Amino acid sequence: MPPDSPPAAVAAPELPISARPSLIELFTAFARMSLSGFGGVLAFARRGIVEQHKWMTAEEFNETFALCHFLPGPNIVNLSVVFGSRFRGIAGGFAAFAGLVGPPVVIVTILAALYARFGEIDALRRILAGVSCAAVGLLISVVFRMMMPLIGKRDVVALAVMAAVFVAIGVLRLPLPAVLLAAIPLSVGIVVAVRRRGTT
Amino acid sequence: MNSEHSPIWSLVLTFGLMSLFAVGGANSAIPEMHRVAVDVRHWMTDKQFADVFAISQLSPGPNVLIVTLIGYSVAGIGGALAATLAMCVPTAVLAYWVSRFLTRSSHSRWPGIIRAALVPLSIGLMGASALILAQTSDRTWAAALATAGAAVLASATRLNPLWILLASGVLGFAGVIG
Repeated sequence: MPPDSPPAAVAAPELPISARPSLIELFTAFARMSLSGFGGVLAFARRGIVEQHKWMTAEEFNETFALCHFLPGPNIVNLSVVFGSRFRGIAGGFAAFAGLVGPPVVIVTILAALYARFGEIDALRRILAGVSCAAVGLLISVVFRMMMPLIGKRDVVALAVMAAVFVAIGVLRLPLPAVLLAAIPLSVGIVVAVRRRGTT
Repeated sequence: MNSEHSPIWSLVLTFGLMSLFAVGGANSAIPEMHRVAVDVRHWMTDKQFADVFAISQLSPGPNVLIVTLIGYSVAGIGGALAATLAMCVPTAVLAYWVSRFLTRSSHSRWPGIIRAALVPLSIGLMGASALILAQTSDRTWAAALATAGAAVLASATRLNPLWILLASGVLGFAGVIG
Protein backbone atom coordinates (compact mmCIF):
# COMPACT_ATOMS: atom_id res chain seq x y z
CA MET A 1 0.00 0.00 0.00
CA PRO A 2 1.38 3.41 -0.90
CA PRO A 3 2.08 5.87 1.92
CA ASP A 4 0.09 9.11 2.02
CA SER A 5 1.23 11.02 -1.01
CA PRO A 6 2.66 14.48 -0.51
CA PRO A 7 0.42 17.35 -1.75
CA ALA A 8 2.80 17.98 -4.64
CA ALA A 9 1.81 14.68 -6.19
CA VAL A 10 -1.82 15.67 -6.62
CA ALA A 11 -1.76 15.91 -10.40
CA ALA A 12 -0.31 12.49 -11.14
CA PRO A 13 -0.69 9.71 -8.60
CA GLU A 14 2.59 7.93 -8.12
CA LEU A 15 1.86 4.39 -7.17
CA PRO A 16 4.52 1.73 -7.37
CA ILE A 17 4.10 -0.21 -10.62
CA SER A 18 2.83 -3.29 -8.81
CA ALA A 19 -0.03 -1.30 -7.21
CA ARG A 20 -1.27 0.03 -10.53
CA PRO A 21 -4.55 -1.52 -11.55
CA SER A 22 -4.43 -3.79 -14.58
CA LEU A 23 -6.91 -3.40 -17.44
CA ILE A 24 -9.05 -6.21 -16.08
CA GLU A 25 -8.97 -4.72 -12.59
CA LEU A 26 -10.03 -1.36 -14.01
CA PHE A 27 -12.91 -2.94 -15.87
CA THR A 28 -14.19 -4.99 -12.95
CA ALA A 29 -13.73 -2.22 -10.38
CA PHE A 30 -15.73 0.25 -12.45
CA ALA A 31 -18.35 -2.37 -13.32
CA ARG A 32 -18.80 -3.11 -9.62
CA MET A 33 -19.08 0.58 -8.67
CA SER A 34 -21.50 1.18 -11.50
CA LEU A 35 -23.77 -1.74 -10.70
CA SER A 36 -24.02 -0.76 -7.05
CA GLY A 37 -24.67 2.89 -7.94
CA PHE A 38 -28.37 3.51 -7.65
CA GLY A 39 -29.21 7.19 -8.01
CA GLY A 40 -25.68 8.12 -9.06
CA VAL A 41 -22.34 6.38 -9.05
CA LEU A 42 -20.14 9.11 -7.56
CA ALA A 43 -20.38 8.01 -3.92
CA PHE A 44 -19.55 4.44 -4.88
CA ALA A 45 -16.68 5.54 -7.11
CA ARG A 46 -15.18 7.51 -4.24
CA ARG A 47 -15.54 4.58 -1.87
CA GLY A 48 -14.08 2.11 -4.37
CA ILE A 49 -11.16 4.19 -5.62
CA VAL A 50 -10.12 5.90 -2.38
CA GLU A 51 -11.12 3.61 0.45
CA GLN A 52 -11.27 0.12 -0.99
CA HIS A 53 -8.53 0.00 -3.63
CA LYS A 54 -6.50 3.01 -2.37
CA TRP A 55 -5.66 3.92 -5.96
CA MET A 56 -5.91 7.62 -5.11
CA THR A 57 -5.93 9.76 -1.99
CA ALA A 58 -9.14 11.64 -1.19
CA GLU A 59 -7.46 14.82 -2.34
CA GLU A 60 -6.40 13.37 -5.68
CA PHE A 61 -9.90 12.06 -6.17
CA ASN A 62 -11.46 15.47 -5.47
CA GLU A 63 -9.09 17.17 -7.90
CA THR A 64 -9.85 14.65 -10.61
CA PHE A 65 -13.56 14.83 -10.03
CA ALA A 66 -13.52 18.64 -10.04
CA LEU A 67 -11.86 18.54 -13.45
CA CYS A 68 -14.51 16.16 -14.76
CA HIS A 69 -17.28 18.21 -13.22
CA PHE A 70 -16.40 21.44 -14.95
CA LEU A 71 -16.05 19.73 -18.31
CA PRO A 72 -19.32 19.09 -20.13
CA GLY A 73 -20.88 15.65 -20.37
CA PRO A 74 -21.65 12.90 -17.90
CA ASN A 75 -19.17 13.53 -15.04
CA ILE A 76 -18.67 10.00 -13.91
CA VAL A 77 -18.08 8.82 -17.48
CA ASN A 78 -15.44 11.50 -17.88
CA LEU A 79 -13.95 10.44 -14.55
CA SER A 80 -13.68 6.81 -15.63
CA VAL A 81 -11.80 7.74 -18.80
CA VAL A 82 -9.47 10.20 -17.09
CA PHE A 83 -8.82 7.79 -14.23
CA GLY A 84 -8.21 4.73 -16.40
CA SER A 85 -5.95 6.58 -18.83
CA ARG A 86 -3.77 7.92 -16.00
CA PHE A 87 -2.81 4.42 -15.01
CA ARG A 88 -2.89 2.53 -18.30
CA GLY A 89 -3.03 5.04 -21.14
CA ILE A 90 -5.80 4.98 -23.70
CA ALA A 91 -6.44 1.26 -23.19
CA GLY A 92 -6.99 1.95 -19.49
CA GLY A 93 -9.47 4.68 -20.33
CA PHE A 94 -11.37 2.25 -22.54
CA ALA A 95 -11.35 -0.47 -19.89
CA ALA A 96 -12.72 1.80 -17.17
CA PHE A 97 -15.31 3.29 -19.54
CA ALA A 98 -16.45 -0.15 -20.71
CA GLY A 99 -16.77 -1.34 -17.12
CA LEU A 100 -18.73 1.71 -16.06
CA VAL A 101 -21.13 1.85 -19.00
CA GLY A 102 -21.28 -1.66 -20.48
CA PRO A 103 -23.04 -3.76 -17.82
CA PRO A 104 -25.66 -1.14 -16.87
CA VAL A 105 -26.41 -0.49 -20.55
CA VAL A 106 -27.32 -4.16 -20.90
CA ILE A 107 -29.64 -3.92 -17.88
CA VAL A 108 -31.23 -0.68 -19.04
CA THR A 109 -31.76 -2.04 -22.56
CA ILE A 110 -33.58 -5.05 -21.12
CA LEU A 111 -35.72 -2.71 -19.01
CA ALA A 112 -36.40 -0.59 -22.10
CA ALA A 113 -37.57 -3.66 -24.02
CA LEU A 114 -39.82 -4.68 -21.13
CA TYR A 115 -41.23 -1.16 -20.96
CA ALA A 116 -41.88 -1.08 -24.71
CA ARG A 117 -43.80 -4.36 -24.40
CA PHE A 118 -45.59 -3.98 -21.09
CA GLY A 119 -45.55 -0.21 -20.51
CA GLU A 120 -49.30 0.11 -21.02
CA ILE A 121 -50.24 -2.45 -18.37
CA ASP A 122 -52.14 -0.67 -15.64
CA ALA A 123 -50.21 -2.05 -12.65
CA LEU A 124 -46.89 -1.08 -14.21
CA ARG A 125 -48.23 2.37 -15.06
CA ARG A 126 -49.15 2.94 -11.40
CA ILE A 127 -45.77 1.68 -10.15
CA LEU A 128 -43.89 3.92 -12.57
CA ALA A 129 -46.05 6.89 -11.61
CA GLY A 130 -45.02 6.32 -7.99
CA VAL A 131 -41.36 5.84 -8.82
CA SER A 132 -41.20 8.95 -10.97
CA CYS A 133 -42.60 11.10 -8.15
CA ALA A 134 -39.83 9.92 -5.86
CA ALA A 135 -37.21 10.28 -8.62
CA VAL A 136 -38.12 13.96 -8.95
CA GLY A 137 -37.86 14.29 -5.17
CA LEU A 138 -34.35 12.83 -5.22
CA LEU A 139 -33.35 15.30 -7.90
CA ILE A 140 -34.71 18.17 -5.80
CA SER A 141 -32.63 17.00 -2.83
CA VAL A 142 -29.48 17.01 -4.98
CA VAL A 143 -30.24 20.56 -6.12
CA PHE A 144 -30.77 21.56 -2.51
CA ARG A 145 -27.52 20.03 -1.34
CA MET A 146 -25.60 21.83 -4.09
CA MET A 147 -27.28 25.14 -3.27
CA MET A 148 -26.41 25.06 0.42
CA PRO A 149 -22.78 26.26 0.04
CA LEU A 150 -23.93 29.22 -2.08
CA ILE A 151 -26.57 30.15 0.48
CA GLY A 152 -24.05 29.67 3.30
CA LYS A 153 -21.60 32.06 1.64
CA ARG A 154 -24.47 34.50 0.87
CA ASP A 155 -23.23 34.43 -2.69
CA VAL A 156 -26.03 36.61 -4.07
CA VAL A 157 -24.50 36.94 -7.53
CA ALA A 158 -24.16 33.20 -8.03
CA LEU A 159 -27.69 32.65 -6.74
CA ALA A 160 -28.98 35.25 -9.22
CA VAL A 161 -27.18 33.54 -12.12
CA MET A 162 -28.60 30.24 -10.96
CA ALA A 163 -32.14 31.65 -10.81
CA ALA A 164 -31.81 33.21 -14.27
CA VAL A 165 -30.76 29.88 -15.80
CA PHE A 166 -33.57 28.12 -13.95
CA VAL A 167 -36.18 30.50 -15.38
CA ALA A 168 -34.74 30.52 -18.90
CA ILE A 169 -34.63 26.72 -19.17
CA GLY A 170 -37.34 25.52 -16.80
CA VAL A 171 -40.04 28.18 -17.28
CA LEU A 172 -39.37 29.79 -20.65
CA ARG A 173 -38.09 26.48 -22.10
CA LEU A 174 -35.42 28.17 -24.19
CA PRO A 175 -32.92 25.95 -26.05
CA LEU A 176 -29.92 24.97 -23.94
CA PRO A 177 -27.13 26.00 -26.37
CA ALA A 178 -28.51 29.54 -26.69
CA VAL A 179 -28.86 29.94 -22.93
CA LEU A 180 -25.36 28.63 -22.23
CA LEU A 181 -23.74 30.75 -24.93
CA ALA A 182 -25.11 33.77 -23.09
CA ALA A 183 -24.74 32.51 -19.52
CA ILE A 184 -21.22 31.06 -19.57
CA PRO A 185 -19.38 34.24 -20.68
CA LEU A 186 -21.54 36.28 -18.32
CA SER A 187 -20.84 34.02 -15.36
CA VAL A 188 -17.10 33.78 -16.08
CA GLY A 189 -16.98 37.57 -16.42
CA ILE A 190 -18.71 38.03 -13.08
CA VAL A 191 -16.37 35.60 -11.28
CA VAL A 192 -13.29 37.28 -12.76
CA ALA A 193 -14.60 40.75 -11.83
CA VAL A 194 -15.48 39.70 -8.29
CA ARG A 195 -12.09 38.06 -7.72
CA ARG A 196 -10.21 41.01 -9.13
CA ARG A 197 -12.08 43.37 -6.83
CA GLY A 198 -11.35 41.04 -3.93
CA THR A 199 -7.58 40.98 -4.49
CA THR A 200 -6.87 44.65 -5.23
CA MET B 1 -33.96 20.20 -38.79
CA ASN B 2 -33.57 17.63 -41.54
CA SER B 3 -35.88 14.68 -40.99
CA GLU B 4 -34.61 12.73 -44.01
CA HIS B 5 -31.82 11.26 -41.86
CA SER B 6 -32.15 7.76 -40.51
CA PRO B 7 -33.32 7.73 -36.89
CA ILE B 8 -29.94 6.41 -35.71
CA TRP B 9 -28.15 9.26 -37.40
CA SER B 10 -30.43 11.86 -35.86
CA LEU B 11 -29.90 10.27 -32.42
CA VAL B 12 -26.14 10.49 -32.89
CA LEU B 13 -26.32 14.10 -34.00
CA THR B 14 -28.75 15.12 -31.27
CA PHE B 15 -26.92 13.55 -28.34
CA GLY B 16 -23.41 14.11 -29.65
CA LEU B 17 -24.11 17.82 -29.80
CA MET B 18 -26.06 17.86 -26.55
CA SER B 19 -23.26 16.21 -24.58
CA LEU B 20 -21.05 19.21 -25.26
CA PHE B 21 -23.64 21.44 -23.58
CA ALA B 22 -24.28 19.17 -20.60
CA VAL B 23 -22.64 21.45 -18.06
CA GLY B 24 -22.55 19.74 -14.69
CA GLY B 25 -23.55 16.31 -15.92
CA ALA B 26 -26.37 14.34 -17.46
CA ASN B 27 -29.07 15.61 -15.13
CA SER B 28 -28.40 19.16 -16.32
CA ALA B 29 -29.25 18.13 -19.86
CA ILE B 30 -32.67 16.72 -19.00
CA PRO B 31 -34.59 19.88 -19.95
CA GLU B 32 -32.86 19.86 -23.33
CA MET B 33 -33.55 16.13 -23.78
CA HIS B 34 -37.18 16.79 -22.95
CA ARG B 35 -37.39 19.73 -25.35
CA VAL B 36 -35.84 17.78 -28.21
CA ALA B 37 -37.44 14.36 -27.62
CA VAL B 38 -40.96 15.57 -26.77
CA ASP B 39 -41.44 19.01 -28.33
CA VAL B 40 -39.13 19.13 -31.35
CA ARG B 41 -38.77 15.57 -32.65
CA HIS B 42 -41.91 14.01 -31.12
CA TRP B 43 -40.01 10.84 -30.26
CA MET B 44 -42.12 10.32 -27.13
CA THR B 45 -44.94 11.82 -25.08
CA ASP B 46 -44.54 13.81 -21.89
CA LYS B 47 -45.70 10.81 -19.89
CA GLN B 48 -43.28 8.43 -21.60
CA PHE B 49 -40.46 10.84 -20.87
CA ALA B 50 -41.32 10.85 -17.16
CA ASP B 51 -41.49 7.04 -17.23
CA VAL B 52 -38.12 6.79 -18.91
CA PHE B 53 -36.59 9.09 -16.30
CA ALA B 54 -38.07 6.93 -13.55
CA ILE B 55 -36.69 3.74 -15.11
CA SER B 56 -33.25 5.30 -15.47
CA GLN B 57 -33.27 6.24 -11.79
CA LEU B 58 -34.40 2.76 -10.80
CA SER B 59 -31.58 1.03 -12.64
CA PRO B 60 -27.97 0.98 -11.50
CA GLY B 61 -25.27 2.91 -13.32
CA PRO B 62 -24.61 6.49 -14.28
CA ASN B 63 -27.53 8.90 -14.72
CA VAL B 64 -26.63 9.34 -18.36
CA LEU B 65 -28.34 6.05 -19.17
CA ILE B 66 -31.62 7.89 -19.65
CA VAL B 67 -30.35 8.46 -23.21
CA THR B 68 -30.06 4.69 -23.67
CA LEU B 69 -33.78 4.44 -22.96
CA ILE B 70 -34.64 7.32 -25.28
CA GLY B 71 -32.49 5.76 -27.99
CA TYR B 72 -34.20 2.40 -27.56
CA SER B 73 -37.66 3.89 -27.90
CA VAL B 74 -36.61 5.62 -31.14
CA ALA B 75 -34.67 2.85 -32.88
CA GLY B 76 -34.42 -0.32 -30.77
CA ILE B 77 -31.12 -1.77 -29.62
CA GLY B 78 -29.13 0.03 -32.30
CA GLY B 79 -30.68 3.29 -31.17
CA ALA B 80 -29.88 2.54 -27.54
CA LEU B 81 -26.20 1.97 -28.33
CA ALA B 82 -25.94 4.90 -30.71
CA ALA B 83 -27.50 7.36 -28.25
CA THR B 84 -25.33 6.13 -25.36
CA LEU B 85 -22.06 6.36 -27.28
CA ALA B 86 -22.97 9.72 -28.81
CA MET B 87 -23.66 11.14 -25.35
CA CYS B 88 -20.48 9.70 -23.76
CA VAL B 89 -17.66 9.59 -26.28
CA PRO B 90 -17.19 13.21 -27.41
CA THR B 91 -16.87 14.58 -23.89
CA ALA B 92 -14.82 11.60 -22.71
CA VAL B 93 -12.27 12.35 -25.45
CA LEU B 94 -12.34 16.01 -24.46
CA ALA B 95 -11.81 15.11 -20.80
CA TYR B 96 -8.90 12.86 -21.74
CA TRP B 97 -7.11 15.66 -23.61
CA VAL B 98 -7.83 18.33 -21.04
CA SER B 99 -6.60 16.17 -18.19
CA ARG B 100 -3.35 15.46 -20.03
CA PHE B 101 -2.93 19.15 -20.70
CA LEU B 102 -3.68 20.16 -17.12
CA THR B 103 -1.33 17.67 -15.50
CA ARG B 104 1.49 19.27 -17.49
CA SER B 105 0.66 22.88 -16.78
CA SER B 106 -0.99 22.87 -13.38
CA HIS B 107 -1.36 25.84 -11.02
CA SER B 108 -3.29 27.82 -13.58
CA ARG B 109 -6.06 29.88 -12.00
CA TRP B 110 -8.48 29.27 -14.87
CA PRO B 111 -9.78 25.87 -13.74
CA GLY B 112 -10.84 27.47 -10.46
CA ILE B 113 -12.53 30.38 -12.20
CA ILE B 114 -14.37 28.19 -14.68
CA ARG B 115 -15.52 25.87 -11.94
CA ALA B 116 -16.83 28.76 -9.84
CA ALA B 117 -18.61 30.14 -12.91
CA LEU B 118 -20.22 26.85 -13.90
CA VAL B 119 -21.50 25.70 -10.52
CA PRO B 120 -24.47 28.11 -10.40
CA LEU B 121 -25.33 27.25 -14.02
CA SER B 122 -25.44 23.55 -13.37
CA ILE B 123 -27.56 24.00 -10.23
CA GLY B 124 -29.99 26.15 -12.21
CA LEU B 125 -30.16 23.51 -14.95
CA MET B 126 -30.80 20.70 -12.50
CA GLY B 127 -33.49 22.77 -10.82
CA ALA B 128 -35.10 23.23 -14.22
CA SER B 129 -34.91 19.45 -14.76
CA ALA B 130 -36.78 18.92 -11.51
CA LEU B 131 -39.42 21.50 -12.44
CA ILE B 132 -40.08 20.04 -15.89
CA LEU B 133 -40.31 16.49 -14.58
CA ALA B 134 -42.49 17.55 -11.66
CA GLN B 135 -44.97 19.19 -14.03
CA THR B 136 -45.50 15.80 -15.65
CA SER B 137 -45.25 13.53 -12.61
CA ASP B 138 -46.97 15.57 -9.94
CA ARG B 139 -50.46 16.04 -11.32
CA THR B 140 -52.21 15.17 -8.05
CA TRP B 141 -51.73 16.34 -4.47
CA ALA B 142 -50.74 12.84 -3.41
CA ALA B 143 -48.07 12.73 -6.09
CA ALA B 144 -46.70 16.14 -5.11
CA LEU B 145 -46.63 14.98 -1.51
CA ALA B 146 -44.67 11.86 -2.48
CA THR B 147 -42.15 14.05 -4.30
CA ALA B 148 -41.81 16.37 -1.31
CA GLY B 149 -41.47 13.39 1.03
CA ALA B 150 -38.74 11.85 -1.11
CA ALA B 151 -36.89 15.17 -1.28
CA VAL B 152 -36.99 15.57 2.50
CA LEU B 153 -35.99 11.97 3.20
CA ALA B 154 -33.09 12.12 0.75
CA SER B 155 -31.88 15.45 2.16
CA ALA B 156 -32.21 14.63 5.84
CA THR B 157 -31.14 10.99 5.94
CA ARG B 158 -28.44 8.85 4.37
CA LEU B 159 -30.96 6.30 3.21
CA ASN B 160 -30.07 4.49 -0.02
CA PRO B 161 -32.12 6.27 -2.71
CA LEU B 162 -33.20 2.92 -4.10
CA TRP B 163 -35.38 2.30 -1.03
CA ILE B 164 -37.09 5.66 -1.50
CA LEU B 165 -37.81 4.87 -5.16
CA LEU B 166 -39.12 1.39 -4.35
CA ALA B 167 -41.30 2.63 -1.48
CA SER B 168 -42.86 5.19 -3.78
CA GLY B 169 -43.36 2.51 -6.43
CA VAL B 170 -45.24 0.41 -3.88
CA LEU B 171 -47.41 3.40 -2.98
CA GLY B 172 -48.11 3.86 -6.68
CA PHE B 173 -49.01 0.20 -7.10
CA ALA B 174 -51.38 0.43 -4.13
CA GLY B 175 -53.16 3.27 -5.94
CA VAL B 176 -52.29 5.88 -3.33
CA ILE B 177 -50.57 8.09 -5.91
CA GLY B 178 -53.08 9.14 -8.52
